Amino acid sequence: MMAAASEGGRAPILLFADIDEPGLNTLEVYERRGGYQSLRKALAMTPEEVLEQLKASGIRGRGGAGFAMGTKVSFLPKGSMDKYLVCNADESEPGTFKDRELMQKTPHTLIEGLIIASYAAGTNRSFIYIRGEYELQADMLDAALHEARAAGYVGENILDSGHSLSLVVHRGAGAYICGEETGLLDSLEGKRGNPRLKPPFPALQGLYQGPTLINNVETLATVPAILAMGGDEYAKLGVETSTGTKLVSVSGHVQRPGNYEIELGIPSREIIYGLAGGPPEGREVKCWFPGGSSSPVLKAEDLDVPYDFNSLAQAGTMLGSGAIIVVDDSTPILDVAMKVAKFYRHESCGKCTPCREGTNWTVKMLERIDAGEATPMDLEVMASVQEHIIGNCLCVLGDAMAMPIGSMIAKFKDEFEAHMEERRLSHA
Amino acid sequence: MSTPEEILRGAQNLELEAAEEGTRPRPVRRFAHGSRVPGWDEAVDLEKDPAGIPDPALTPVPSELRAEIEAHMANYPDRRSAALPALAAAQRVHGWCSPEAIEQVACVMRVTPAYLESVASFYDMLETSPVGRHSVYVCTNISCSLCGADELYAALAAAAAAGDGGDEINVRSFECLGACDIAPMASVDGVYVGPLSVADVPQLLADVHAGRPVLPDKQLARRLVADPHANTREFPEHPAEQAARPGGA
Repeated sequence: MMAAASEGGRAPILLFADIDEPGLNTLEVYERRGGYQSLRKALAMTPEEVLEQLKASGIRGRGGAGFAMGTKVSFLPKGSMDKYLVCNADESEPGTFKDRELMQKTPHTLIEGLIIASYAAGTNRSFIYIRGEYELQADMLDAALHEARAAGYVGENILDSGHSLSLVVHRGAGAYICGEETGLLDSLEGKRGNPRLKPPFPALQGLYQGPTLINNVETLATVPAILAMGGDEYAKLGVETSTGTKLVSVSGHVQRPGNYEIELGIPSREIIYGLAGGPPEGREVKCWFPGGSSSPVLKAEDLDVPYDFNSLAQAGTMLGSGAIIVVDDSTPILDVAMKVAKFYRHESCGKCTPCREGTNWTVKMLERIDAGEATPMDLEVMASVQEHIIGNCLCVLGDAMAMPIGSMIAKFKDEFEAHMEERRLSHA
Repeated sequence: MSTPEEILRGAQNLELEAAEEGTRPRPVRRFAHGSRVPGWDEAVDLEKDPAGIPDPALTPVPSELRAEIEAHMANYPDRRSAALPALAAAQRVHGWCSPEAIEQVACVMRVTPAYLESVASFYDMLETSPVGRHSVYVCTNISCSLCGADELYAALAAAAAAGDGGDEINVRSFECLGACDIAPMASVDGVYVGPLSVADVPQLLADVHAGRPVLPDKQLARRLVADPHANTREFPEHPAEQAARPGGA
């Protein structure tokens, strides 16, 4: 894998190096640009050495939780039981569309990364769970997988290394909750996608009750680059606790929405204004979601926060899936809150009461505010509903609504109150 | 999805009908706003035996559908994992997850229809009531709605309903489709198009009706990555291209 030369302080581009080359989705073109060389390199090492490289790289999961990948791999028990590797390609966090770009344009990068990860983790069966809406991307993956199988990269005794791997592309059918790892596993087992109680964590008891490693598309697609440049070299990119490059999806009120590959730790302003062009002429940033609609919102004064896992956590929010949604000053905060709350109400699986009822009542209270029927106390009640959801459910879907709504109430209290009063008077 | 008010109205009508005809058991009385699940108040016939695994001798299954489901089942250590792809395949054949479609899948997979019904009702893309042949999902989540998706959805739904063959098109507002860079956007029979404006609606519907590719220049598949620093262009030339070039090696 080639890396573009660093220019103007920009990090080398790893994942997007040749992303728009015509035919990159085919094996022939992918191999011509150095594809599957990292796999050969990995198979020449022992699985432990590959794992060391992943640990040295310091790469943290790109799906949302930001857990160190190398550590996660090492949680899998040793032994000859059936172990599974599942790639989470159910990219459904609102605002996120980075995995879509990778799977559509360079599916072989994902497959190569997945094979290397399976070698390091000692798993022989793997699945890519892709959301059902991504038909084009799933077709691309299926075609790439067919080629990889024919070339001997997937199957029995890969490149005479003794390592075998089966890989199946599994298409979902439209459910946000199936992006949650245990909901995904239930869905992959052919059930309703209800999350499971943790622990036991999937690393010990996951798919079909076997030890299961679950990784995001971007995480796995970065693995070939890590192997090519070496874990230590990769760790020099980014900042200490957030190494490497990251794909960010910028959308909402910006002039150039799209995917950008950045080095972690650059100021957020550089992404929103420098790369994506900022809000349209004459408008200002009102608030922004740094990591998908599940992350607490930040205001314009937080634009200089470095874009990395720890800096965002210190700012009271999270990097999440790396999806920046920008809202400008032409949009009432109530509309934003309503969209977010309605989404989570629709997507709550209904298993845990705080989430099922909390999302429902939050929408009702927001509708009351909009209808002019709310009392000032409602805002406090709504804030306390959010507090009672957080940490009280099997998975974080409820938290994913409670955190942004809670942050909006805290940061835009005056606007909520003004909106409430204005609606009350106009409906009186 | 129906609003609670519609569900409540439906429940009241059902009760009236049942009382008039005296044929159906009375539905359980509940406050409609307490539930968001359509059909929660439909009474269960307790006299009826639960459906078992369908008898292969009595359940005709189209051979292509059977082959597809069996191929999916072979992919997994547990055959039930094939539930989603199998239901999707049956939906392609039948148009929706009809009782007949579910019966056929259940027959091939050797599971009960109730199991598949429970799965089908969980997922947004599996339809549990009859719908139009063409699906148009309009993303109305946060990024798209900031760019005007709600107006687009209203215009599309109205235009589709008003035009000829409106019942052939299933226009739905959908949760984030993962294409916020082309907001506001829609997925037309699985093909992503955007950014759309209300002015694109007539052309989009005409393309769907005519069976043409929908708005070809707005399709996501043709979009290049937004990052100006991407693409090194340091791409090794193909040996054949090199030879074809004058003075090439």
